[in-house]
Amino acid sequence: MSKEAKRMLMIGAPPIVSIIVAFLISALFVLWSKDMRLGEYFAALLKLVTIVFSESFSTKLKFMEVLVYATPLLFCGLAHIICFRCGLFNIGVEGQFILGMTSAGIIGQFTGIPAILQVILIMMTGVLAGGIWALIPASLKALKGINEVVICIMTNFLAMHFSNYVALRSNIADVNATATFMIQANAQLPRFNDSSRLNISTIVVIILAIFVYFFLFSTKRGYQIRAVGLNSFAAQAGGIKVNVNIVLALVISGAIAGLGGALHVAGVQHRLISVAGFPGYGMDAIAISLLSNRNPVACIFVAILFGALRNSSRMFQIEGIPKDTVYIIQAIIIFFVAADLISKYLKQRSRTK
Amino acid sequence: MLTELRMQKINKTFASVRANIDVDFDLKKGETHVLIGENGAGKTTLMNILYGLYQPDSGTISIDGNEIKITCPADSIKHGIGMVHQHFMLVENFSVAENVVLGNEPRKGRKLDRKKARQIVRDLCARYQFNLDPDMLISELSVGKQQKVEILKLLYRDADILILDEPTAVLTPTEIEELANIIHTLNSEGKSVILITHKLREVLTMSSRLTVLRNGIVTGQMNTTDATVTKLVNMMVGKNLALDVNIPYHEPSEKVLEVLDLSVRDSQGHYVVNNFNLCLRKGEIVGIAGVDGNGQSELLEALIGVRKIDSGRIIASSADISSATTLERISQGISCIAEDRHKRGVILEMPLVENTLLGNYFRPPFAKGIRIDYKATRKVTEDMVGRYDVRTPSIDTNIMWLSGGNQQKYVVAREISKPHCILLAAQPTRGVDIGAKQFIHEQLVKERGEDKGVLLVSTELDEILALSDRIVVMYKGGVSGEVTRCDANEQLIGRLMIGQHEEG
Repeated sequence: MSKEAKRMLMIGAPPIVSIIVAFLISALFVLWSKDMRLGEYFAALLKLVTIVFSESFSTKLKFMEVLVYATPLLFCGLAHIICFRCGLFNIGVEGQFILGMTSAGIIGQFTGIPAILQVILIMMTGVLAGGIWALIPASLKALKGINEVVICIMTNFLAMHFSNYVALRSNIADVNATATFMIQANAQLPRFNDSSRLNISTIVVIILAIFVYFFLFSTKRGYQIRAVGLNSFAAQAGGIKVNVNIVLALVISGAIAGLGGALHVAGVQHRLISVAGFPGYGMDAIAISLLSNRNPVACIFVAILFGALRNSSRMFQIEGIPKDTVYIIQAIIIFFVAADLISKYLKQRSRTK
Repeated sequence: MLTELRMQKINKTFASVRANIDVDFDLKKGETHVLIGENGAGKTTLMNILYGLYQPDSGTISIDGNEIKITCPADSIKHGIGMVHQHFMLVENFSVAENVVLGNEPRKGRKLDRKKARQIVRDLCARYQFNLDPDMLISELSVGKQQKVEILKLLYRDADILILDEPTAVLTPTEIEELANIIHTLNSEGKSVILITHKLREVLTMSSRLTVLRNGIVTGQMNTTDATVTKLVNMMVGKNLALDVNIPYHEPSEKVLEVLDLSVRDSQGHYVVNNFNLCLRKGEIVGIAGVDGNGQSELLEALIGVRKIDSGRIIASSADISSATTLERISQGISCIAEDRHKRGVILEMPLVENTLLGNYFRPPFAKGIRIDYKATRKVTEDMVGRYDVRTPSIDTNIMWLSGGNQQKYVVAREISKPHCILLAAQPTRGVDIGAKQFIHEQLVKERGEDKGVLLVSTELDEILALSDRIVVMYKGGVSGEVTRCDANEQLIGRLMIGQHEEG
């Protein structure tokens, strides 16, 4: 085997193995929930795989629905990747995504703006909303050294409650629904056909993923962000301004999350809907970005996998399997990814000692 | 009771590196046996196997002919083997006595019996002629005394075999002498000592026998009385190397770096650099000597702009750079071989190519608009690796997989390849082998010949004495003396290093 192929295998194998093992273990829960005997394990496993596969990939229409789920996950995954590469943990992606949704819900109400212009306006406000929201933890981190995770968690709640205020109590709230009025037709993203919610935001996010890859691995700024993430002391001695890059990484990350939120409203929901709790795109995306080994292009495929899992949860219920099985699969994958990261970290530490 | 320890046919392989190949080693009661070899020769690996930190792939360890299994440090302590690591493992805000008994405390009821602990330390000190106050806090002790505490810890646990890893790296000349006396006392008490070192002179004065390792293979074993420096060097590097650097006469020209009344504080607000003055001219090497921790690190950090200065000025090529950013200083022509290469010199998890971008990423040919020109960067890196003989599988290898010496050669190559007029070389040969050391020294002299100003900061007196045109001795953040090449000698510098000014 060539060296390059070996290297790819070393990076690619752990996530793939963890996905397979996650399915193997989850099949046990299927046995349990359906009162099957242990001897029927393989039947249960087959059932599990069949449901996910047929519900997600068997027809074009079903795959389109998977992409609808995958799109916001990919936006958030990319947002996480930028921060992870800079050694930061932007747990505020959730809040930035929500503010992006809120801004689109508001901008979408305006009438008399030409179609393309209104969509562009929505994208820009989404970017601004997420970026500015991320500027709060970013500036506190850079100026005062306050841990970004704590601030992000707090700002997430602020974002969620503000969003609910807009959806329920503001003058664009629809009293007959727990949501705002529908956004203008001009503000809605074009869909591929009438029977699916799939819209051009999926194309936007795939282009964005490739763009983020290019940004991280071939621009000066991308280099600086990665250098700060891996060794801020050496980066500093090499003339890189650590704080500037921390702020930039968080703001770019927030902007991507905000854009994702805005396009989710403009493309899928067509209105801002109030939420009882966090929608969870930003949280699931943590696992997605880690499973992709923080690679923006690999992230596309992982997001599709997680989209397929989310998409299948309804079918699980119909088949009499708790839909939480989906979360069990996700959780097991996360366990494995975390274990892999920890073992790498320990190995490295014992080497540099 | 031990009379002879034997390690036979020890093999150990890490990934693709064979660190120990059929190594035989033996130790007799009451002797000091030196393990000498270049960095990466496998000395520390062998001792870590003996101490139980690593498992050998094959080979046996036996005491008095009985084979023993050592799978963790606890096992080795049980067999009377103890190790003082290069980096001490002491609790800073505990007293000497508390540190010595830690892990095996004398108790009174459920509490620590402080009185007894103090008495234990006093007894040990008296027996081995250590000059230590059991109530002093570790943080108040000099590095040399801390080392003694480490040795006491082992003696308290009745170790018969003491492994000392690079014990002299952090000591002043007088402290080294004291250590030699301590080792002598230990031997006469029947304790055996293994010294790991790559400093030839110590080997010849401190040991009774020595074993030389090269690339994981034992290349020689002899009584110290039979050894000479040339013999040892031959066995260590396999080729004849002149230890002295040939320094041609070179007339320095105008000032290139001036430091005026510089004061710098550490993160706790204490002054660590105090009214420091320095002048460096083109075409000269100025050495900054001093015991580690007398403000050298902070001075360097202030010079490269990663630590704020409190007062004073820094002038480079007649421009005041006191408040300039690191980036501006790099553009002004300040290159720096960082003191701690893993901290500030390289990014371990990045390949060589990307490490080349450190301090270079912003300028052509590396930068092309907002992009990095990786093709050009690769070319420069290939060129550096070839010209400076950096041994690496490829330039896409993460730099953490290179040996210390090759990492350092790479850093030197990168810093010298930058457009610069000032080269700050901080501990440029720390932890590298003789071959790389020689090479790096030659590069510094070459820089001097090319009319660059070289500031050499080193705790190794040999290095300072061999290379510097002028020597500035740093003590407690200030200058305790300045000596020119022809006036310099080891005793004088050694006195200045511990703050004694010239007498008469």
